[in-house]
Amino acid sequence: MALAATFLALVVSACGGASDEVGSSNSSESTNAAATDGGGAEVKLSLVAYAVPKVGFDLVIPAFNQTPEGKGVTFSQSYGASGDQSRKVESGLPTDIVNFSVEPDVTRLVKSGQVDEDWNQGEHKGIPFGSVVTIVTRKGNPKGIKTWDDLLKDGVEVVTPNPFSSGSAKWNLLAPYAEKSNGGQDPKAGLDYLSKLIGDHIKVQPKSGREATETFLQGTGDVLLSYENEALFAERNGEEVEHTNPPVTFKIENPVAVLNTSKNKEKAQAFVDFLYTPEGQEKWAEAGFRPVDPDVAAKHAADFPEPEKLWTIDDLGGWGKVNDELFEPETGSVAKIYDEATS
Amino acid sequence: MASLAVPKPPARTRRSLGGGVGPIGLGVATLWLSLIVLLPLAAVLTKSLEGGLGGFWDAISAPSARYALLLTTAISALVALINVVTGTLIAWVLVRDDFRGKSLVNAIIDLPFALPTIVASIVLLSLYGPRSPVGIHLYATKPAVILALAFVTLPFVVRSVQPVLMEVDREAEQAAASLGASGWTTFRRIILPALYPALLGGAGLAFARAIGEFGSVVLIGGGIPRDTEVASQYIAKQIETDRPASAAAVSVALLLISFAVLFAIRWFTKRKDVG
Repeated sequence: MALAATFLALVVSACGGASDEVGSSNSSESTNAAATDGGGAEVKLSLVAYAVPKVGFDLVIPAFNQTPEGKGVTFSQSYGASGDQSRKVESGLPTDIVNFSVEPDVTRLVKSGQVDEDWNQGEHKGIPFGSVVTIVTRKGNPKGIKTWDDLLKDGVEVVTPNPFSSGSAKWNLLAPYAEKSNGGQDPKAGLDYLSKLIGDHIKVQPKSGREATETFLQGTGDVLLSYENEALFAERNGEEVEHTNPPVTFKIENPVAVLNTSKNKEKAQAFVDFLYTPEGQEKWAEAGFRPVDPDVAAKHAADFPEPEKLWTIDDLGGWGKVNDELFEPETGSVAKIYDEATS
Repeated sequence: MASLAVPKPPARTRRSLGGGVGPIGLGVATLWLSLIVLLPLAAVLTKSLEGGLGGFWDAISAPSARYALLLTTAISALVALINVVTGTLIAWVLVRDDFRGKSLVNAIIDLPFALPTIVASIVLLSLYGPRSPVGIHLYATKPAVILALAFVTLPFVVRSVQPVLMEVDREAEQAAASLGASGWTTFRRIILPALYPALLGGAGLAFARAIGEFGSVVLIGGGIPRDTEVASQYIAKQIETDRPASAAAVSVALLLISFAVLFAIRWFTKRKDVG
C-alpha cells in the first residue's frame, strides 16, 4: 500500500516535471518571438570559441550591447582548444555562434549540417579578424631568436600546442613550413624542417594556444610560438616576455559562423554582422587582433607591422588541401611526424 | 535481558530474508551497482576494444602511453608507501597525544577530500612554481607529482588506522613495556600486527586514488610526455586530440592495475585475519 502510494507520488512528480519542461520551452519560444519583433526581450546567445579571443569578446560584447540591435542580449561564453570545442559542438553542445582558430573546425560543422554551406560567402569570407604567427621569447631575447632557423639552434626548447586539438598549433607549424617549402612548392624541405623542430625541440604538448602561453609563462621552454594577439596580451599584462615577428611569417584567419540550429538565429547573425562594423573592428584592433576592415587596419598600421613576406593559407592551396595532406590524423605528413616523435 | 535479546535479531533477519525485503534490497543494490559502475565500465571496455585486441595492445604499448602507465604505477606505489609511514604517525599523534587544537587538526585531515583537486594544483603551483615565495621550484618535476598525490591521498591511511589504533589493547603494551621491551619493539611486535589490515587497506585505497588522480597533478605536474605526464593526463590528451579508443584502452589498463592491487590486498588481509 505504502509502496503503491510512493509509486503514485513518483509518477505524479514525474508528470509535474515533464509539464514544467513543456512550460519552460514554451516560454523560451515566446522570448524568441518577442526578440525577433524587436521587443527588446532578453536573449541569451551561446558563444563557443577557441582559447584566446576572450580578451577581444570582452571588449566587443559590451560595445554590441550599446547598439540598438544588441540591447539586452546576454552571452554565455565557452573558450577552449579549437578542435576540442568544434567536436563538442558537433556532438550537441547547445550553441548559437562559433569562433574557431582554423576553418576546418567550421567545416566539420558544415559536414554535420549544423552550419550552412554558404557561411563563408560574405565579403570577408567569414573571417572578422586575424593575426600573424609570432615568436615569443623571454624578456631581452637571451638566446637571440628572430627567425625560423633560430628555432633549430642547439638547446632551444620550443613551446607550441598539440596540433590535433589546437588551431594555434596548426598556424604555428604552417608558418615555417610555408617559408621552407616556398609556399608548398617543395613540401619535402618544409617537412624536413618540421621533423627537426618537432623531433628535437618540442617537448610539451599543451592542448590550446592559451594553455601553451600558461606553460611558457610558468617557465617551460625558450620560445613560444603563438598568435601575435596572444603575445600582445601577455606583454600588456606585464609578463616578462617579448615577441618578434619573423620576417617571413603566416597570416592567421579566425572564422566566425552562426549555427543553423540556433534558436536565436537573427540575433546571432546581428552579433556576427556587428563584428565587421568599423566599431567592432576597432575593438578587435584594441584587443591586439588584426582587423579585416581596410580603414580600421590603416589606422592601426603602427601596431601591426607588415612582415617582409606574409604567406596565407590560400598560397598553400586552402585549408581543405592543407588539412588532408598535413594534419589528417594517421595519414597527414605532419600528423605522422608528430606521432613518430611523441607517441 | 541480554541473553533474551541476542537470539532475537537472527530470527528476524532470517524471516526478513524470506519475507521479500531481502531480495528487493539485493535487487536494488545490484541494479544500482550495474547502472552506476558496471555498465560504464563495460562501455569503456567495449570502446577500448574497438580496434580489436591488436589495437588495444598498440594503444597501451605506444612509448608515451607505456611510460605514463609505468610512471603512474611507480609514483602511486611510492605515494602509498609514504602515506603508510606519515599516515600512521599522524593517526598515532591524534589518538595517543593530547594537545590544544587537536580536534581542529583532526578536521583538517579530511580537507583534501573536500577541496577540488584542481585547487590543490593551483595552490601547489603558487607555492612551488616558478614564482615560488619560498624559493622551491618543483614545477614540471616528478617530486611535484609526488607532492600533489601525497596531498590528495593523505586522509586514507590516517582514517583507516585511527579507529584501529583506538581499539588496540593498551594492557598488552604495558605488559610488553614492563617486560623490558623498548618503545620500538612494542610498536613492532604488539601494535603493528593489529594495524596491518587497516594499513594495507588504507594504502590500497590511497594507491587506487593516486593512480586515477588528475586535477591535482594537471597544473603542477607540467604534463611533459615521457617525463611527468601521468596516465590520466595522457588519457585526457588522447580525448582532446580525438582518439577516444586509445584513451579507453589506457583507462582499461589503469583499471586492471588498480583492480589487481585492491584484489591482492583484500586477499592478503583476509589470509592474515584467518592466520
